[in-house]
Amino acid sequence: MEIQELKRIAAQRRADAVTMITRAKTGHTGGAMSCLDVLTCLFYDTLRPGDHFLLSKGHSVEGYWAILADKGYFPREMLREFSQAGSPLIGHPNCRVNGVEMSTGALGHGLPIGVGAALAAKRRGTGHRVFVVMGDGEQAEGSVWEAAMAGANYHLDNLFAIVDRNGLQISGGTEDVMALDSLSDKWRAFGWEVTEIDGNDMEQVKAYFHLAAEGGKPHCLMARTVKGKGLPFAENRAEWHHKVPTQEQLLEAYQALGVKGVDWA
Amino acid sequence: MKAVRKAFTETLVSLARENKNIWALATDSRGSVTLTDFARELPEQFVECGIAEQDAVGMAAGLTLEGITSFVCGPASFYAARSAEQVKVDVAYCHRDVKVIGVSGGVSYGALGGTHHAVQDVALMRAIPDLEVFLPADARQAEALTRYLAASGKPAYVRMGRGPVPEVYGEDCPFEAGKANFLRRGKDAAVIACGEMVYPALEAARLLSGRGIEISVIDMHTIKPLDEQAILAAAETGLVITCEEHSVHGGLGAAAAEVLCQKRPTKMRILGLPDETLYSGTAAEVFAHYGLTAEGVAQAVEEGLK
Repeated sequence: MEIQELKRIAAQRRADAVTMITRAKTGHTGGAMSCLDVLTCLFYDTLRPGDHFLLSKGHSVEGYWAILADKGYFPREMLREFSQAGSPLIGHPNCRVNGVEMSTGALGHGLPIGVGAALAAKRRGTGHRVFVVMGDGEQAEGSVWEAAMAGANYHLDNLFAIVDRNGLQISGGTEDVMALDSLSDKWRAFGWEVTEIDGNDMEQVKAYFHLAAEGGKPHCLMARTVKGKGLPFAENRAEWHHKVPTQEQLLEAYQALGVKGVDWA
Repeated sequence: MKAVRKAFTETLVSLARENKNIWALATDSRGSVTLTDFARELPEQFVECGIAEQDAVGMAAGLTLEGITSFVCGPASFYAARSAEQVKVDVAYCHRDVKVIGVSGGVSYGALGGTHHAVQDVALMRAIPDLEVFLPADARQAEALTRYLAASGKPAYVRMGRGPVPEVYGEDCPFEAGKANFLRRGKDAAVIACGEMVYPALEAARLLSGRGIEISVIDMHTIKPLDEQAILAAAETGLVITCEEHSVHGGLGAAAAEVLCQKRPTKMRILGLPDETLYSGTAAEVFAHYGLTAEGVAQAVEEGLK
């Protein structure tokens, strides 16, 4: 898909996500925005039939729901139900929703699952690839590194671990809460092929997934992003981890994103 | 005498030879699980995860995304506790075709001590929705259970012991998940046991019969889904005694009590391991210390009948 079209779609999905959060008065605004360019590229350009996608940073679910609705997995009008009583569109990915393979949200779970799926695909020669999106705060979970070891041990070059490196977590900066850097060096030391890009630059994101090739090593994409990306009032501010926009801020967001609004609300 | 784990792995190898979608995972535990033959014969269906139980259970769930039925096997103490969250979320909450096989459960590891004992596993696992929980009583039943697990398509936790155990079942080994087996029927009391406590419970019945007391013995091999009808039938004797290699909190006894106190209040006694740092010794010595023996069960019945 053309870059301009991917950018247009990402802006519209950001508008969907921020509208869902504003309506529901709950959600994880900052992280949903930071990883949305990666999610958009994956779902509209990269993923092939049989590939697996795992949103390990499950709290960033709003953009994922918006993408699945737009892709036709369920009616767009269902986005109105986000976080409402009895709805399957809860605040984390839910495998009871069409299009979602695994319920995630307990941090540190996605990559071990991804290693299993990638290993089975590789041994059986199905050609399926696995894409796991993790948070940077999530990197403090020990199970991430158990899986990092296993991914390299089994030479899973069909496995992509994407770190949404927005530098912020709920309590503040990642380097203040639990120092991660040099995070790329850690992944390299575990035997992964590491690439750093601007994860909010669609050209770089698309180019990365197009060029990534098999080579005996699993892939780690260190996607440097901006938490709250696209929302002027929320960018790079830790308190927007799960702060909810006002109606005025929602309109401000539409303007900044260059969209008229959403057609389902 | 045969170890339950051995019967499990022998059956698993034979099933996996025929069905290439059956895979086994281990955490540097292929020897202790007795999966060495499986790993040698079917290397493409075997996954070594290293000493990383959380990763192993997550990987087991991940394999199922490609159509695999996963048997993830290692010490019960680590699988039911350290990776409890992966069992809860990745296996049960996500309805994956994963069997979590906890071997050397209970106090099988004997004098290795509390780090290696799994005596809270049933309490933890049976509180997880959509997860079946089994404790096979002997090798034959383990074989039948393994065949069931390979075909069920459902998530399950299985606790097995370590050492060889006497035969409870002969050639005729009825096994239906969720349906307890009445091994003996008596009018004076009923003993409900699970796992490797079933044999001592049967021995207790023989001792008591010699003393003029006739008891029912029920093998509750499935803790979840629980056979409530069998528990209510046991209550008809007027005295229900449960016996398990597990903490007296939250296990078979608690499960039976939950049924009886709500549906048919009945005099009960829960035999198991006390809520304390356990006495140290071989499994047999620990059982003797806490009265988890044929004589201990018999005495508990006699006291209950007074």
